[in-house]
Amino acid sequence: MTPIPLDLGLLFAAVLFLLGALGVLVRRNIIFMLLSLEVMFNAAGLAFIVAGSRWGQPDGQVMFFFILTMAAAEVSVGLALVLRLRHLLGTLDVDAAATMRE
Amino acid sequence: MTVILYIAMGIALLTTVIALTRLNAIHALLYLITSLLAIAVVFFLLGAHFAAALEVIIYAGAIMVLFVFTVMMLNLGPPAIEQERRWFVPGMWAGPGIFLLMLLGEIIYLVYNLRGIETSGTGGSPSEVGVSLYTTYLLGIEISSMLLLAGVVGAYHLGRRAILPVAEEPTRPLLLTEGRKS
Amino acid sequence: MFPYPLIWFVIALPLAGYIVLALTGSRMPHRAVTIIGAGTVGVSLALALLISFWYFIAPPPGLVYTDTLWTWVRVGNFTPGIAVYLDPLAVVMMLVVTFVGFLIHLYSVEYMGDDRGYSRFFAYMNLFVGAMLILVLANNLLFLFLGWEGVGLCSYLLIGFWYTDLNNVHAANKAFIVTRIGDTSLAVGLFLLFTHLGTLNIQEILARAAAQWPVGFGLAIATAALVLGGAVGKSAQLPLQVWLPDAMAGPTPVSALIHAATMVTAGVYLIARLYVIFQLAPPVMLLTAIIGAATLLLSATSALVQRDIKRVLAYSTISQVGYMFLGLGAGAWSAAIFHLMTHAFFKALLFLAAGAVILGLHHEQDIFRMGGLRKSMPLAFWTFLIGASSLAAVPFITAGYFSKDEILAGVWNAYGGTGHLLWVAGLLGAFLTAIYAFRLVFLVFFGEERRSPEKRPGLLIAVPLVILAALAIGGGWVQIPKTVAGLPLFGHFLHGAFTLARTKTDAGAPGMLAGAAAIASLGGIALAYLLYLVLPAFRRRLAEQPIWTAMGRFLITGWGFDWLYEWLIVRPYLWLARVNRDDVIDLFYRGVSWTAALSYRGLQAAQTGNVRWYAAGVAAGALIILAFVVYGL
Repeated sequence: MTPIPLDLGLLFAAVLFLLGALGVLVRRNIIFMLLSLEVMFNAAGLAFIVAGSRWGQPDGQVMFFFILTMAAAEVSVGLALVLRLRHLLGTLDVDAAATMRE
Repeated sequence: MTVILYIAMGIALLTTVIALTRLNAIHALLYLITSLLAIAVVFFLLGAHFAAALEVIIYAGAIMVLFVFTVMMLNLGPPAIEQERRWFVPGMWAGPGIFLLMLLGEIIYLVYNLRGIETSGTGGSPSEVGVSLYTTYLLGIEISSMLLLAGVVGAYHLGRRAILPVAEEPTRPLLLTEGRKS
Repeated sequence: MFPYPLIWFVIALPLAGYIVLALTGSRMPHRAVTIIGAGTVGVSLALALLISFWYFIAPPPGLVYTDTLWTWVRVGNFTPGIAVYLDPLAVVMMLVVTFVGFLIHLYSVEYMGDDRGYSRFFAYMNLFVGAMLILVLANNLLFLFLGWEGVGLCSYLLIGFWYTDLNNVHAANKAFIVTRIGDTSLAVGLFLLFTHLGTLNIQEILARAAAQWPVGFGLAIATAALVLGGAVGKSAQLPLQVWLPDAMAGPTPVSALIHAATMVTAGVYLIARLYVIFQLAPPVMLLTAIIGAATLLLSATSALVQRDIKRVLAYSTISQVGYMFLGLGAGAWSAAIFHLMTHAFFKALLFLAAGAVILGLHHEQDIFRMGGLRKSMPLAFWTFLIGASSLAAVPFITAGYFSKDEILAGVWNAYGGTGHLLWVAGLLGAFLTAIYAFRLVFLVFFGEERRSPEKRPGLLIAVPLVILAALAIGGGWVQIPKTVAGLPLFGHFLHGAFTLARTKTDAGAPGMLAGAAAIASLGGIALAYLLYLVLPAFRRRLAEQPIWTAMGRFLITGWGFDWLYEWLIVRPYLWLARVNRDDVIDLFYRGVSWTAALSYRGLQAAQTGNVRWYAAGVAAGALIILAFVVYGL
């Protein structure tokens, strides 16, 4: 309810986003990669909220709503895939799934 | 109020960092839930009450719980933690770290032009959001409901065969004439 | 107008025979190939005879018949057509080509009857006859050049007919490449002619040159020299004579037709056709005469020591064509053509008779392994004897005597004093010719028989031999010089073709000179008789003297020209090609493929299948795009 500097909010969202990206690139376990992906989604939603708050309009929250929906669908499908992969490869190592190579 | 905001932001950052550096998946998830709750506080303080509620209920309360259930189902015991320990080489963080620092630098440069602008303190009340959703963004609502339907169907289909033992998995693509055993 | 348009059929029938045989010959029965192969040339001959007969009785106005089928090329001023030009010279050439060609085709039916490539042979022979007819009947130099190249191609195809033997392939390549040098010279000459005279029509060229160019004009000399270069290549004269002895690798009918009667005379025909240009370039005419004289001596001496019967005849051909060049150089145009005609008769006869011997002895060609065939192959003996006599110019009873005499007479009168020198060369050549010709006769047909013939020649070999023998005797009686009886029919006939000639071609030489020629010929025969028949032991002892063996080695290689060209031209060229194998232009193509391979390897490295690698790729892409945004601001 108090005004905050816009750049601070956006920067905060950016840092969270990059942290999530770092997690995706570095971690080898698929679960952790999906986790980091969630962090990135969240950070994007945060950016929208901050922007919506800047203009005082509900559009930011609306976008966040859609992102949320999309994240939910993606997580469910993604985790199902993780289970299948675990079943097929016997491990959660994402490098073991690198069969589509030259 | 600003103090609480900064504290919440700090907690969110800290717990996210911790979450990403855990070896045990459940620990990481719990820390992430904490981070999400902190961000919900940030939302609230920005005036986006509806978003804050959604963050807690759906993101932390449904998605993360799904994660926890799945991880529990995978039965990752001490061997998994051992594996994570082996994979967790600090040197690996150097490359992507530098990379993303460069990206951060670019974003800072872009955001730099927005100095001095302040948020308005309100992000729209829940009723405004609801009205906006069902009038302006009606199409979006319908499409996301379809997306959810697709997700449900996909998850159901993908999850179905996981119960079968490995030996019965088909080793070659089935021809059209061959039926599925189930 | 009646039979003259049929001249197109004279040309077209052999070409049609070629097309049919080339496309379907291998699937046709033997008899069908014979009928098409020999028949087309036969019908062509019949039409040619008809046309010639009509030409004698009722010549067309101006002694010229010309017809154009269509305009071949139409670029600005350059409009050569597919057109014939029939004048006395063309009539003579046409008759020679079709007549001798048909006889040889008949001969080949039996000679090549057992060969697996029977239809291929006749296809090529038909193509050759067609191309040669185009050459002699062409109205413009471009059409002539088409025939010129065509006969060169057929020569290559037929020399290398038995292509499974690499030696034959090398011989064919050698023939083609050496004549190519001449062809290039000729082509440049044609370019010059067109550029400066504005046309390639032969009669037009002659008219315009006579009108526009003074005698000794530089351009005339250049053009004539280039045309001479072309003729030298095709007719195997110095310095491009090296291909003809090796060309004997082809079947004997091929040697008879192409390398004796017709193709090698194409050069002579060309020079005769462009006689005005040559007349305007006296230095070139002198050069022609000198080349002719030098070649005839060089090859006559080389023929003295050869072992292979066909190689003797090949050197003999080079030598006799040298006579024709000598005649041309002296301005004795019709004498040269006369000798061309008689040479066609007796040289084809010699080759065909030699072929009968070779066939009978089952492909034996070394004369020192033959002997005494006089009794066992009488037909071959008598016909060969007649041919050799004609070659040696035995007086009065052979055609060769009259034609050689005409040339010698023409040479004597040319160039004042120098003409006498050339005459001496010609006389010496006649002497040597008689020696080597009868050396062949005595070695092959006299003495003891070393191998008996296994096959008797059949009718299809016998008939052409007899006909050619008759012509080798009587063919000369169309031009009997004044010193003997004075019946210069041939010269008179050809005079119509050489209306702008400056030299008097029927002046005749003093009777003493004609006698000298007769003495030379008979003397040569006598010497050969002595050495080979009466005193063979003496000859063998003489041959073992070191000076004679050394000279023999030198002569048998044709004066070492092959060795000279090998070291002067062939090896440097091959060295250059080897050095230049990876040249700059190659670099471009290799660079293209190298770049492609490099990008392939690079892209391949990007396809690791590793998810995190791909995620990193996405992040890198985002970085770059943002960088564009940032720096684009």
